[in-house]
Amino acid sequence: MDVVNLWPLLGIGVVMLGFLLKFNPVLVVLVAGIITGLAALMPIREILAQLGEGFLKTRTLPVILLLPLAVIGLAERHGLKQQAQNFIKNLKGATVGRLLTVYLAARESTAALGLTSLGGHPQMVRPLLAPMAEALAEQRWPSIPERIREKVKAMAAATDNIGLFFGEDIFVAFGAIVLMHTFLRESGIETDPLHIALWGIPTALCAFAIHAYRLRQMDLMLRRLQAQAAGVEGNSPTSAVAPATTSGDQV
Amino acid sequence: MISLSFLYILVGLILLWTAVLTLLNKDQPRRFASASFWGCYALVFLIGDYLPHEVVGLMVVLLALLAGFGALSSAVPKMLAPEQLQQSLQRIGKKIFLPALLIPIITVVGVLVLGPVGNDSWRLLDPKNLTLVSLGLACVVAFIAACWLTRESPVQGGIEAKRLLEAMGWAVLLPQLLATLGLLFNNAGVGQAVAVLTETYLAVDHKLIAVATYAIAMALFTMIMGNAFAAFPVITAGIGIPVLIMQHGANPAVMAAIGMFCGYCGTLMTPMAANFNMVPAALLELKDQHAVIKAQTPTAVILLICNIFLLYFLAF
Repeated sequence: MDVVNLWPLLGIGVVMLGFLLKFNPVLVVLVAGIITGLAALMPIREILAQLGEGFLKTRTLPVILLLPLAVIGLAERHGLKQQAQNFIKNLKGATVGRLLTVYLAARESTAALGLTSLGGHPQMVRPLLAPMAEALAEQRWPSIPERIREKVKAMAAATDNIGLFFGEDIFVAFGAIVLMHTFLRESGIETDPLHIALWGIPTALCAFAIHAYRLRQMDLMLRRLQAQAAGVEGNSPTSAVAPATTSGDQV
Repeated sequence: MISLSFLYILVGLILLWTAVLTLLNKDQPRRFASASFWGCYALVFLIGDYLPHEVVGLMVVLLALLAGFGALSSAVPKMLAPEQLQQSLQRIGKKIFLPALLIPIITVVGVLVLGPVGNDSWRLLDPKNLTLVSLGLACVVAFIAACWLTRESPVQGGIEAKRLLEAMGWAVLLPQLLATLGLLFNNAGVGQAVAVLTETYLAVDHKLIAVATYAIAMALFTMIMGNAFAAFPVITAGIGIPVLIMQHGANPAVMAAIGMFCGYCGTLMTPMAANFNMVPAALLELKDQHAVIKAQTPTAVILLICNIFLLYFLAF
């Protein structure tokens, strides 16, 4: 048997160390690539060629990111964010948690039907979902600290990811299913792609339940923090009590 | 046939336009360095296919160095004056949602309606990249709609695209660079090395422990590679097939489905999955670049534990 060269694993070490020490990620990745290549005994010319070839092959990634920008930018310039925030503020009983739960359900179920493009960070989260969540948080807690506001926005992005990941994988024609089927076949194991897709459903349901529960907890946490903040500042108690009365089962 | 090269030209033009605007803006700090970054990135899209791979490789190194050492700057955005914005809010109203919603709607319509157009030898849209090409067309249509609705020129559209690009900064480059690293890892034999290590050091006899090892290994290796697709073949060949299927008789379809999801739990927790975790933090202009990962981690950990039990009870 050939002896497998273990040195290329150094690259993984460089990546982990670099991220842990919080160096600029772009530099970390570049250094990791060069070290991995050297450890695999590639000449510099070959490493450059590999970098170039890989970079050309992966040009589709920024395409998804960059193409919607001009559209979103123009719409933002003319009040997209403000309109989104006005719209959501007028919905009765809307909270950050409920908004994101509805979005999670919609994102996960449309992704399961193969409609993965009905969401995403540049075209949905930045211009619409995050501002809406922010507006709802602000409506209930006008003096919300910046740190908590950032948490709300980050949760909007997280919800988009979770909905996408655990929805798309139960769509039969999705790349992951094809990859699993092909790989198992090459290893001499026959499976039915439909079965792989169907056996993803229990996890997809768990993902929804877990994240929806966490979103509910987020609503409760926002209310608790607000009550605390109001208590510390000695503000008029109405500001702390008002949101709690809308669905006052805990607090 | 409309194919990926059409999209590459569009993206190249956006980047080139950003470079030109940066160069012309005398008030922008480090404008020459910034402009050379966007210009070089534009060239990769516009003429990359005609250059030797080594030259593109050198350009990648240059891009990474410029981005990594903070050469990218942003211009002070010129927003609409408050009274103009009020006017727009009045005049356009809720119709401003239209361009944003047109992107997903036209993408789906393009896939369903334009996808089948053509015959065996010629297709209107490249069937191998149908969704992407359709997304590209949708963005063009939505852009025209946005210009018409806001009565702005396409030039202003370019300025807005530049504003958002600059808000993201180096994070723009990261997803592609990481994917490139993944390919380099493959060619350097990182996968084989990990497979050898797992086969040598992980002899797992107990069923639940075997299941947990497979699930956690999928998540961890995905965190390292930033991509569950890269982890699946390695971990499944190293642990899944020899231990779970051969030794304990697991159902392959269940193992594959849940195993891949364990990988996705890893994707939620790693900066290596930049396009899902780092880019949104930049797009939302969050101060903490790991804020999205922190928001996702509790869900990912609980779900990973659920997956271990689902795999244990459903696969045997």
